[in-house]
Amino acid sequence: MDFTIQNNKDTRSGFGEGLLEAGRRNPKVVAFCADLTGSLKMGDFAKEFPERFFQTGIAEANMINMAAGMALSGFVPFTGTFAAFSTGRVYDQIRQSVAYSNKNVKIAASHAGVTLGEDGATHQILEDIGLMKMLPNMTVIVPCDFNQTKNATIAAAEYEGPVYLRFGRPKVPNFTPVDDKFVIGKAQMLQEGTDVTIFACGHLVWKAVQALPILKEMGINAELINIHTIKPLDVEAVLKSVGKTRCVVTAEEHQRNGGLGDSIAQVLALNMPCPMEMVAVNDVFGQSGTPDELLKAYHLDTPDIVEAVKKVVDRKQ
Amino acid sequence: MTINELERIASQVRRDIIRMVHGCQSGHPGGSLGATDIVTALYFDQMQIDPANFRMDGNGEDMFFLSNGHISPMFYSILARRGYFPVSELATFRRLGTRLQGHPTTAEGLPGVRIASGSLGQGLSVAVGAAQAKRLNGDKHLVFVLMGDGEQEEGQIWEAAMYAPAKGVDNLIAIVDYNKKQIDGSTDDVLNLGDLRAKYEAFGWNVLEMSGNNMQAVVNTLKFARENAFQGKPQLILAHTEMGMGVDFMMGTHKWHGSAPNDEQAANALSQLQETLGDY
Repeated sequence: MDFTIQNNKDTRSGFGEGLLEAGRRNPKVVAFCADLTGSLKMGDFAKEFPERFFQTGIAEANMINMAAGMALSGFVPFTGTFAAFSTGRVYDQIRQSVAYSNKNVKIAASHAGVTLGEDGATHQILEDIGLMKMLPNMTVIVPCDFNQTKNATIAAAEYEGPVYLRFGRPKVPNFTPVDDKFVIGKAQMLQEGTDVTIFACGHLVWKAVQALPILKEMGINAELINIHTIKPLDVEAVLKSVGKTRCVVTAEEHQRNGGLGDSIAQVLALNMPCPMEMVAVNDVFGQSGTPDELLKAYHLDTPDIVEAVKKVVDRKQ
Repeated sequence: MTINELERIASQVRRDIIRMVHGCQSGHPGGSLGATDIVTALYFDQMQIDPANFRMDGNGEDMFFLSNGHISPMFYSILARRGYFPVSELATFRRLGTRLQGHPTTAEGLPGVRIASGSLGQGLSVAVGAAQAKRLNGDKHLVFVLMGDGEQEEGQIWEAAMYAPAKGVDNLIAIVDYNKKQIDGSTDDVLNLGDLRAKYEAFGWNVLEMSGNNMQAVVNTLKFARENAFQGKPQLILAHTEMGMGVDFMMGTHKWHGSAPNDEQAANALSQLQETLGDY
């Protein structure tokens, strides 16, 4: 993978562009938003397809169930609000009417994790991946940059079934290819290596990319894999990589409980036990601050990934 | 269909309810018996539907959603009697491996059910979504939803109640099974619903009231509501019903909300309900 930064863009804008493109490709794509059209970057879709855009007001439960009702008739509804209000606030609605009823609803969740920043812990959900991946029938996607979020949005629209699509607020380096085909459930190899496998998702993929040259200088040849689909997990890719490297670091902007690391650990414990370290939030809530300050404060930054790699490589020996 | 024919079907549905709940010694007979006349009138007289060719998408036909999913015995009996699936399958209610789960679901593929219900408060929102889908599709059919009165205590009901009039969703007819009872007692005691009519009217609904256990009144009111659809507002029918209707010892109390009759009680109940279409 070429790690050249094309530009700095927010993943939510990738969603906005992806939604517009999905709407152009398929007249059945519709969108609901609970009073966060600007934050979710859904304005272009609403402008181009006003009859297919539903402003629900601040009523997320109603939004999720209306989307399920509309999906019945062959529409492909996206719901848009912050990740906190896309999951915890409406868990029962999603569980009964979307996941259990297996409706073709796409839950688009922005401002996930601590990088939401100054608004603080009420809005910085760090439990959403766990909540969603526990639900049978639910697919969980966490793209890493603008281009990938756009492509993932288009892929989600083409996929039949419930999808949770998680992205964020800040501008981050955009490096994946513009026209990269997004394959749901297929892990993305970013760099091959032999000494350790780093599995990352979301904003922490770039943090892991930045760790690669530092590790190389230390003589550690790391493999980096972007797990953009937490569920279904690409078990084959995980085992193939770890079979080679025999030690693992996971990196995510989420609680350790219920997150990517938890999913990887389950696969390894059952199939290929090996040393593992997790870069994640460990059972605490977030707080106000800038995204960069918070990533440092909660040990989700490049130096934390480097430290975790050093530790896990030591444990292997 | 004549009123007498509808009443004969309702009698059989009530027998089915008693036998189903007695058969598995669980389920919710009280509300099921009370709502029987309304849903019988919908499925056998008022709704334009095609049971022999059930389509999940409901395109080109009227759609019904049961929001208070616990009165599933009534729903299953009517679906079976209307031809969605074999009547004999009613005997499997709540048994391991059945398509007739305790609360309605789509997971087992039972024809006639379009979404799971059981956790209360969601059905009105689902119906609003389905109604908007019909508008987008240019489908001039209606969406019906039945809710419990205790269910009106759920906050989400009022999110949907606010949304539907605000967006002019006028192909929607919502019905409240207003028996004034819930598990813990009367709705007045548990959480007084206040003036439901005034509340819905204040939210912008056209509100009708009917005697929900008088088949003639039910048919007349549903017909009136049908004729008044597509006039800019959603419609709500407050259906005054009696929990346990048709079985004397189950009426006038909330005690049969969620408990099954024993052998003697079931025999007593069935002696009060005429077998009209043949038991399953």
